[in-house]
Amino acid sequence: MRRAIEKVVEGLLTVSGATTSAIILLIVVFLFKEGAGFFRHSNVENGYSLCVSGKNPVYRLSSDEIKKIFDYEIVSWDEVGGESIEIVPFRMGNIMERYSEEELGEDYINLPAKIIEVTKEIPGIILFLPLQYIPDDVSVKKIEDSRIDVSDFFAGTDWIPTATPSPQFGLLPLLLGTLWVGLFAIIIALPLGLGVAIYMAELATPRIRNVLKPMIELLAGIPSVVYGFFGLVVLVPFIQRTLNLPVGETAFAGSIVLAIMSLPTIITVAEDAMRNTPQTVREASLGLGASHWQTIYRVIIPYSLSGISAAVVLGIGRAVGETMAVLMVTGNAAVIPQTLFEPVRTIPATIAAELGEAPAGGAHYNALFVLGCILFIITVVVSISAELISKKRVDS
Amino acid sequence: MKKLFLLAFVMIACVLSSGAQKIKGSDTLLPLSQKEAEKYMDKDQSSSVTVTGGGSGVGISALIEGTTDIAQSSRKIKFEEKQKISESGKSVKEVIVAYDALAVIVNRDNPVTNLTREQLEGIFTGKITNWKEVGGNDVKIVPYSRETSSGTYEFFKESVLKNRNYKSGILSMPATGAIVQSVSQTKGAIGYIGLAYLNNADVKAVHVSYDAGATFTAPSVSSAKDGSYPIVRPLYYYYITSQEKSVRPFIDYVLSPEGQATVSEIGFITL
Repeated sequence: MRRAIEKVVEGLLTVSGATTSAIILLIVVFLFKEGAGFFRHSNVENGYSLCVSGKNPVYRLSSDEIKKIFDYEIVSWDEVGGESIEIVPFRMGNIMERYSEEELGEDYINLPAKIIEVTKEIPGIILFLPLQYIPDDVSVKKIEDSRIDVSDFFAGTDWIPTATPSPQFGLLPLLLGTLWVGLFAIIIALPLGLGVAIYMAELATPRIRNVLKPMIELLAGIPSVVYGFFGLVVLVPFIQRTLNLPVGETAFAGSIVLAIMSLPTIITVAEDAMRNTPQTVREASLGLGASHWQTIYRVIIPYSLSGISAAVVLGIGRAVGETMAVLMVTGNAAVIPQTLFEPVRTIPATIAAELGEAPAGGAHYNALFVLGCILFIITVVVSISAELISKKRVDS
Repeated sequence: MKKLFLLAFVMIACVLSSGAQKIKGSDTLLPLSQKEAEKYMDKDQSSSVTVTGGGSGVGISALIEGTTDIAQSSRKIKFEEKQKISESGKSVKEVIVAYDALAVIVNRDNPVTNLTREQLEGIFTGKITNWKEVGGNDVKIVPYSRETSSGTYEFFKESVLKNRNYKSGILSMPATGAIVQSVSQTKGAIGYIGLAYLNNADVKAVHVSYDAGATFTAPSVSSAKDGSYPIVRPLYYYYITSQEKSVRPFIDYVLSPEGQATVSEIGFITL
């Protein structure tokens, strides 16, 4: 009987292990599958196309050029390789203004004819039209569809995912923003966390330690949205006033909030590493006549260095993946960061803020999954390095 | 046992016929739909209406997948989304349930009270960067926007920026409340919010002109209703045409005088 129960329990454990791994694998596959879909989208909004006059020699436009044309920043065709005529951007709304409902007919049946008419009238026109209304006529020419460019994505500097006709998906500001905030969070958190860890491992009396340890662990239990709210209401105005900045929502505010949030991880892991220093090593140092302080920084810190490094790496992982708090205090402006005192936008904040409203299956939706993949790769690299670093300790 | 099954079947049929329905979508519309649903269920005890948020895009894709009966949206359905519905052989109906006016707000200490549409366009596209260019102090302008995917963001872009893109690197806030908070504590700030959120003494709504400065109008429910305030947007419910029979009672209730009273109670503008 007992054997049978043991067998059943054993089986259950195996199954639960297998299911968990399968689920994790499934999520990763799903993430990368959706992400890969991004590069199959055209650089013009789905279901639409751009048309120009049949006489216009331009047949291809990059997504940056399209954006500038519709923002009236490029105003003449010769800037994009055509003749020197003025560019006249036309959207569906402009056509509705030009012709009455009756003229367009039921279900816009006359629309293609009107498009031909307007194109003949304005030679420098560029039309942004739903595919089914594009007239089949030599006087109207479709701009060649091109896929979203991989280099445009990885080297792009604009993140305007809802721009029409051509959404801008530039990764750089988001990636650099994420790393920038994470880096400074660690620079702030490291000395502080290490200080507390040394104090708790070596100097604190057991009574103080018994109070301090649960308190620090409590810090990890506060919901991140509370940190974010605290940051927005207290920290942001404070930074703005003391440093006399035009805006308080800055990378700096984000770094401070993240530093506070990654402190528990750093302190706990580093303290454990220090306390794991064998008593014999410690006693040997003291026996040689070294003072307590000399023992700490000549023996204990070097001995637990790999543990401390692991703490740092885990702290970085925490900082890079954090969403809510950062979303609230960094201002979320998608610019490449140059100083600490300007707004930045991070990858997790972007995903959280935009996924809700992005049409499912569209380029924007898939782009957010690509961001997820990148975040996943960053965290995997971070955890693998943490693993390698802590392994080194065992080997030595 | 058979009886039990029958009973269960009858109960399920009852629930279905009495119109248990789901509404999903825009967070802007969330408080309105919730209140309407509460009152509707009080009136008709047998009905049940569940309202969830998540965003306009979430609501519409749920409608496409058939996991919601009504999608609430603060933006018009996109061509792409409409295409998807017609691909599955269905068609979608649109109902405007209320209007929402957007107020442009600045910090209380900002002396500027009037702005034209052209000036607003310049500010949000990054061509005007200092308040002294529009008659204020020598302070840098800090424009706050909603998230790129919010319906409010797109409406403001369409109406005020005439479809031009916001300047790259504009500060975008995850919620309207965050914009009010930031504008109230930043001297050079400017932002836009729904009229219903205009109740903070530390921010001030500017008077807006769409006729190049001839008349400036302050945002209010009455000025939005009589058409003198220009930045007004419709709020939509979408449903699948073939399900008209089951969703119509609730929508009719929202459109009734009683439902519209709730609309103005929440701070939106009635039809």
